[in-house]
Formats: sequence, structure tokens, C-alpha cells
Amino acid sequence: MLALDTLWFQVAGTICNITCTHCFISCSPKNHSHEMLSLADVEARLAEARALGVRDYYFTGGEPFLNRDMLDILAVTLKQGPATVLTNGMLLRKEICRRLCELADASEYSLDIRVSLDGFDAATHDAIRGAGVWERVMIGLRNLAEVGINPSITVTEAAEGIASADGRARFLDLIRSFGFSKPRLKVLPLFHIGAESARTRAYEDWERIEQLSEADAAVLQCSTSRMVTSKGVYVCPILIESGDARMGESIAETLRPFPLGHGACHTCWVSGMTCTT
Amino acid sequence: MHDVTRIAFIGGIYSNYHALVATLADIDARGADATFFLGDLGAFGPHPDRIPELLIERGIPGIQGNYEESLSSGATDCNCGYTDPRDNEYAQISYDYTSARTSDAYKRWMGTLPKEIRLDVNGHRVLLCHGSPRRINEFLWRSTSPDPFLHRLCDEHAADVIVCTHTGLHWHKALGGRRHLVNAGVIGRPANDGRTNVWYAMLTVGAEASVELIPIDYDHAALAREMRAERLPEEFVETIESGWWTTCLEALPARERAAGRY
Repeated sequence: MLALDTLWFQVAGTICNITCTHCFISCSPKNHSHEMLSLADVEARLAEARALGVRDYYFTGGEPFLNRDMLDILAVTLKQGPATVLTNGMLLRKEICRRLCELADASEYSLDIRVSLDGFDAATHDAIRGAGVWERVMIGLRNLAEVGINPSITVTEAAEGIASADGRARFLDLIRSFGFSKPRLKVLPLFHIGAESARTRAYEDWERIEQLSEADAAVLQCSTSRMVTSKGVYVCPILIESGDARMGESIAETLRPFPLGHGACHTCWVSGMTCTT
Repeated sequence: MHDVTRIAFIGGIYSNYHALVATLADIDARGADATFFLGDLGAFGPHPDRIPELLIERGIPGIQGNYEESLSSGATDCNCGYTDPRDNEYAQISYDYTSARTSDAYKRWMGTLPKEIRLDVNGHRVLLCHGSPRRINEFLWRSTSPDPFLHRLCDEHAADVIVCTHTGLHWHKALGGRRHLVNAGVIGRPANDGRTNVWYAMLTVGAEASVELIPIDYDHAALAREMRAERLPEEFVETIESGWWTTCLEALPARERAAGRY
């Protein structure tokens, strides 16, 4: 562990309004493996984070906007530092977007919204996320555009061709067509755990990190981030369904290296990925 | 009575010779006890050798940026820290152009530059670094550098005043007590605000420290002509002429990105 720069919140637990076939933690309306965090939970963690000099805060789930405290949580967070919310975009009603805009304007720090898409059109997106989801996300994106929020669009490699230069260019055009003149795109690899292990495949035994120098380990996100859930503090946002990834109750006690023994660690290493924007 | 010391800091120069000449003239006119450069002498602009030539001639000390680290070590890219493929494509064009036109003698000189400089200015511990005290290519943006984080950097690196560059956007925050974070901005390209001027920083230290961020107008039309003559990408020239960044945008946080045209 180098230093704690980024603190993640599993703010909606594993509870989601959709059941994506590629979800690495199998979130769904019925998955209560991790519960939602309350405003008080987040405030207590922010106090710990302040003492540790944390740089930025990320909120994910499940679907963060299912958490009724979400806007209040963002308000307290944005007094302390920059915040990013990872959302499926389905609950971005006009009123929510207007409030997000007010929160962003009231803070000296950045508020960033990241919306997930998994294909170039309704057919490919909904094949992973469920019937009718694309249409609702389009409404959410329109509402964001109307209030002048320019989200970062996150796409997994489940979207065919996205990894190529042509695929990226096509996707950037698609984002422009939604009304965002400054398109922002982040491509993420897939993790072969959770639902994704059934959709495609599980990790092979050889997909493990054998040995990593200190300098190489320093580029992995577990060197600079931790994840808070209702069950404690975990090494990263990916491994919260693995019991051994729970590193402690207080954030401070988890600031030690994590044994990189999971298939997902291998994906982080070979893809160079980080969950941050 | 305390002595008052004034120190000028010049961030990324990006081969903008015209801006460097104008900045040095402004520093001379205002009067400074010392001037330092903060690295990234080359990038977007033309004729990179003009910059070390002038800095050495004027006896101005400074530190390595990621550009000098890469050029002096024979690296194949600038290690700018971008993650977006298009940003990296443009960064590579800059780097290849600059590397091919930087003399071996200057590359060796770049290798002799320190990565940080520490000053004791009237009892204030001032730390000069390129990106951040901990990483040469870390981006310290205004909207993503909260106070607890900046205090941590001051604590861990035993500094009262941290002076950096690298992002291209100037800002300053007084953290209370003696502590300040100063991003001196850059004189290599404008600050993505639709204006053609560039920025440097002046630190004044008496009993307390204060910081002034100073805009510099320069002959940007001459720079644009030279860039076109060198067949540098039109996107780079547009930035010089319009004041809006056209490339290397994906690293910007939401707030800073929203402020620009692209």
C-alpha cells in the first residue's frame, strides 16, 4: 500500500434495479449481500478519510440512486472533496439532475457522473442489462444534458469492437449524438467473477499474478484505494464478494498490502485498469 | 522587520520561446530575487533547443519535468500520464518532434537537472516539483485536490509551500498557517479559457507567504506561424490562437473539462 488516495463507497450495497448478465458482483433487486449505507455511515467514514488525507471519493453499488440518502450523501462529501457517482442512468429524473447540478455548483470540488452503456444500441445494451433499459438511460442522459452535466460514459468490453480505435471513434460519435459536445469515454475490461463467470467463463488457474515487484504493484489501484461497504473495509470495488478481501473494520487498519491471489488481480495487472475515471 | 524575498516560478514551457522571452522580461520588470523553471521545457511548440539555450544563457536553475526525464533517458514517450488513446497519439507527435530536434548535449544537460529543489525562504520550507512531490506526472488539479489531501502532501514531504506545474492550469490555495499549494500553470499554452495569454507565479515571502498568478501576453501569432512552418498539428496551433485546448483533454476532471470549449 502506497497511500490512500481514493475511497470507494458501496453506497447501494449489492442492490440494483436491474440484473446485468456481466456484473462482477451479481447485483440485483434481491441481492442483499451488502446493504445500503446510510448518511451517518458515510459521514463517519468521511471523518476517518479526512484524517488520512484522502484525495477523492467514488460511489457505486448496485445502483447508487436507489439510496434515498444519495443526494444528502453527495452534499456532505462535496464539502470535503471531489465525488464521482457510477450509475446505470435509469433514475436520472429531471429533478435529480437539477439537484446534482446545484450540488456541483455549490462545491469547490468536482462532481462527476459516470453512466454505464454496454452497446452501441438498444439491442446490444439491453441484451446485457435487460429489456427497456436503453430507453430509460436515454431519458436520463437527455436530462443530464439539459442541465449541462457532461457525464463520463463507461463501456465494458462486452460492447463489441469497443477496444479498437474505430470502435472508440464510433462510440464517441454516439455520445455526441446524445447532445454532449465534449464526449467522455472510459472503457473497462470484464472480470470473470459473479454473473460474468456464467455469461462467458470463470478464471483459469493460470490467470494469477505470480510475482510483482513493489514498483509494479504500485500501479495497481489497491495500492491507493479502499472500498467501504456495510460489512467493513475491502481491498477494492471488484472483490467485495470474496471474504478474504475484507481487510478490517476501520480504514486505517486496512492500509497494508493485499495478497494479489485472485483472477481479478490478474485482470487489473494485464489490462492496466483502474476503476477510477 | 522581516526581509522580503520574491521568487518567480515558470511552469511548462512547451518550446514556447516567445512566451519565455515575454515572461522573463516581466519578471525583470517586477524584480525577483530568483527565478526557477519547473520542467517540461519542450512539447507542443517549435524549435525545442531554443529553450535550454536561453535558460542556460540566463543562468536560470530548475527541475526536470517528465519531458526532461524521458528525453535524457532515451525513453520512447513523454510519460505525460494520459490514459486516453487520442491524447496519447497527440502526445507522441509532440514527443517525437521534440526528441528529434533536441541536441544530445541538451539531453545530457536535462539528465543533470534535479527532480525537486528545496528552498528555505525566510524560514518557510518551499518545495519545487513538477507534477507533485511524490510523482513527476501526477496531476494536481484545483477541483480534485481537497485540503486534507494537500495537508498530507505537506506533512509527508516536509514542506510549507509546494510549487508544481504539469496540469497546464494555474491555481493557488492558501491552506492555513504557512501552507500553500501553488500550481504555477504553464507558459507553453494558454489556460483553456478562450484567452491567448499564458501564466506564471510569483511567491513573496516575508513574515508570511503570498502568491500572485501573473498573466503574460506574448506574440502568439509569431508562435503560430512558426508552428505551421514546422508542420506541427493544426490542433496545437488552434490552441495557441484561440486559447482553447483541443487535445490532452481526457485527463481533465469534470469541472475543468466543463470550463473549456472541447
